[in-house]
Amino acid sequence: MTETLQIINPAGEKVGKAPRVKREVLLRMYRAMASVRHFDDRCMKLQRTGRIGFSIPNLGIEAVSVGAAATLDPECDWIAPSYRDFGMAFFHGISVEKMMDTQFGNGEDHNKGRQMPVHFTFLDPIRFLSISSPIGTHLPQAVGVAMAMQRKQEKGVCLVSFGDGGTSSLGFHSGLNFAGVYKAPVVFLCQNNQWAISCPLEKQTASESIAIKGEAYGIPGVRVDGNDVLAVYRAVRDAVKKAREGGGPTLIEAVTMRMGGHSTSDDPSRYVDQELMEEWKLKDPLKRFREYLFAEGLLDEAGVEALDQELSEQIQAAAKAAAAKPRPGLETIFSDVYETFPAHLQVQRDQCIQHFAGRDESVNEEGEFPL
Amino acid sequence: MSKLTLVQAVNDGLRTKMQEDASVLVLGEDVGPKGGVFLATEGLTAEFGEERCFDTPLSEDGIIGVGIGMAMNGMRPVCEIQFQDFIFPAFDQIVSEAAKMRYRSGGQYSVPMVIRTPYGGGIRGGLYHSQSGEAYFAHTAGLKVVIPSNPHDAKGLLISAIEDPDPVLFMEPKALYRAFRQEVPEGKYSVPLGSAQTLREGDDAVVFCYGAMVPVCQEAAGRIAEQKGQEVRVVDLRTLLPLDEDAVLDAAKACGRVVVVHEAPRFCGYGAELSALIAEHAIEYMEAPIVRVTGFDTPFPNTLEHYYLPDARRVTDALERVLDF
Repeated sequence: MTETLQIINPAGEKVGKAPRVKREVLLRMYRAMASVRHFDDRCMKLQRTGRIGFSIPNLGIEAVSVGAAATLDPECDWIAPSYRDFGMAFFHGISVEKMMDTQFGNGEDHNKGRQMPVHFTFLDPIRFLSISSPIGTHLPQAVGVAMAMQRKQEKGVCLVSFGDGGTSSLGFHSGLNFAGVYKAPVVFLCQNNQWAISCPLEKQTASESIAIKGEAYGIPGVRVDGNDVLAVYRAVRDAVKKAREGGGPTLIEAVTMRMGGHSTSDDPSRYVDQELMEEWKLKDPLKRFREYLFAEGLLDEAGVEALDQELSEQIQAAAKAAAAKPRPGLETIFSDVYETFPAHLQVQRDQCIQHFAGRDESVNEEGEFPL
Repeated sequence: MSKLTLVQAVNDGLRTKMQEDASVLVLGEDVGPKGGVFLATEGLTAEFGEERCFDTPLSEDGIIGVGIGMAMNGMRPVCEIQFQDFIFPAFDQIVSEAAKMRYRSGGQYSVPMVIRTPYGGGIRGGLYHSQSGEAYFAHTAGLKVVIPSNPHDAKGLLISAIEDPDPVLFMEPKALYRAFRQEVPEGKYSVPLGSAQTLREGDDAVVFCYGAMVPVCQEAAGRIAEQKGQEVRVVDLRTLLPLDEDAVLDAAKACGRVVVVHEAPRFCGYGAELSALIAEHAIEYMEAPIVRVTGFDTPFPNTLEHYYLPDARRVTDALERVLDF
């Protein structure tokens, strides 16, 4: 079995060589991880009260997203995220307001209300590629983004994130295969959270690890403790540096545990052993990082409390504001299919708008997402 | 001007755009030094280097997925799928990714990519080198689907496709790759997407067709003129999505008798859309039923392929049926 890199142990003690990270960056990392937790909590409440239709809990995996994203340069690097990577957006300063707009699918949502909640897309302040529900399709796309960087002689790197389930997909194979052949500046980050909805890792693959899968593609594989934000940071930082210098791709397996459901509609108690959950609760990534920051004298209880208070209020206000914003206009059903409007879409758009403008009965909008 | 075959015109179109625009790239299986199994990319690696025209692993999903990423990051990739029959591993990337990227990202990301692929029968290729899958793709919002029928259009439409800001599936009728030569202007010119062309005038009936069925329909129209003295209009659609609806409806109304021809199977084929469009908007002009001449609703046969493919005789029979109705 490949060795698993750890820097902070579950008790918050330093057991490995910590990467050199500026104090302000460490605090930004902590803030991003805490933001995810507050945001998740709010989204769960919003979904349970019927205000939004769906969300994806990030509980337990915050260190993977944030530790990885913190190594990127937003000027030149791209993120091809999975749907469980809210922390990547928060670390790079994408506001809770923007995130909430997508959760509500309102008129200010960057996706214009066309995607389900969670399928965020951003251009700024970092390229955060459009999230797709089909699994693994973004891996070869990330390689293509990176191959374009090679051709433009840019120094950028594309970080692509996916789950353990994603390693079974067609895109995992084609993505790693192409990246290996062309030495693309891409970093493959597998968030091995042990579950693909209800399918456990041992039914996903018979491989001794996910990291080892890189070997067959000529790509080095690295395994890290995914609940240790500094270990994730160090592994991804090294892989990003290598890719930037023309050394080609790396596959990183961050071993963690999904501590919530697959989504707001999933009940993991039906298939996850409670004892296992109790075991993983002791490895909580946020608590572990907090203990570390306390020990290093970079944060204290009062600071944590103030931050929690601030985030809670900010996210609650963002949800309230997002809920109050008007919906996208009917014309957005038809725009952005192509850059310009073909004749048949102009006709359909005009008919649709006219049809609903002339109706006084309300539209039945019932519908609940079952997954 | 020089006289080129259709496949040479494709090569000329690629070269013309690659000379003009450094972001235009060609990728696919065997497209490099070999120049592609049909030689459509012959000489491009030698002229532009391996960064611009390169062989890929044998992975259609990878070719299109990588093409999408490159297109989102400023390149203009032209991906080759060696035979259209092999495109289906990439169906997800084409239909759920490339076609929907602009829409689902609210216009933040777009995929200016061309997918070139030879389609259709008549080359003794059996059921996995002969299919006509245009209907699967013409059903997909966000894609454009283009099928040229002659060398002049092949080059002009390909240049338009490469310059288009959205993903274009460019299906090449391989039966016509070397069937005839035509004067093709040197250098850059374009044939607009979404514009049908009338190849033969007439107002007794109209036949709508595209790709390899165009010469078949022209021959049938000639036979009708000879045998019956009636003039059949031949309309080459050239772009299936977006369809030049005005051209279709104008011709249908002017002629009142319509035959629709494609070599793909009939059920839910592209001809069904044309028939429905005409029925919905021009039924009152119709003097006869709208008749389809198509491949059969079977997989594509090998030994008996010429009994499967519509030929001039089947199209002539259909034209006689609508003319005599």
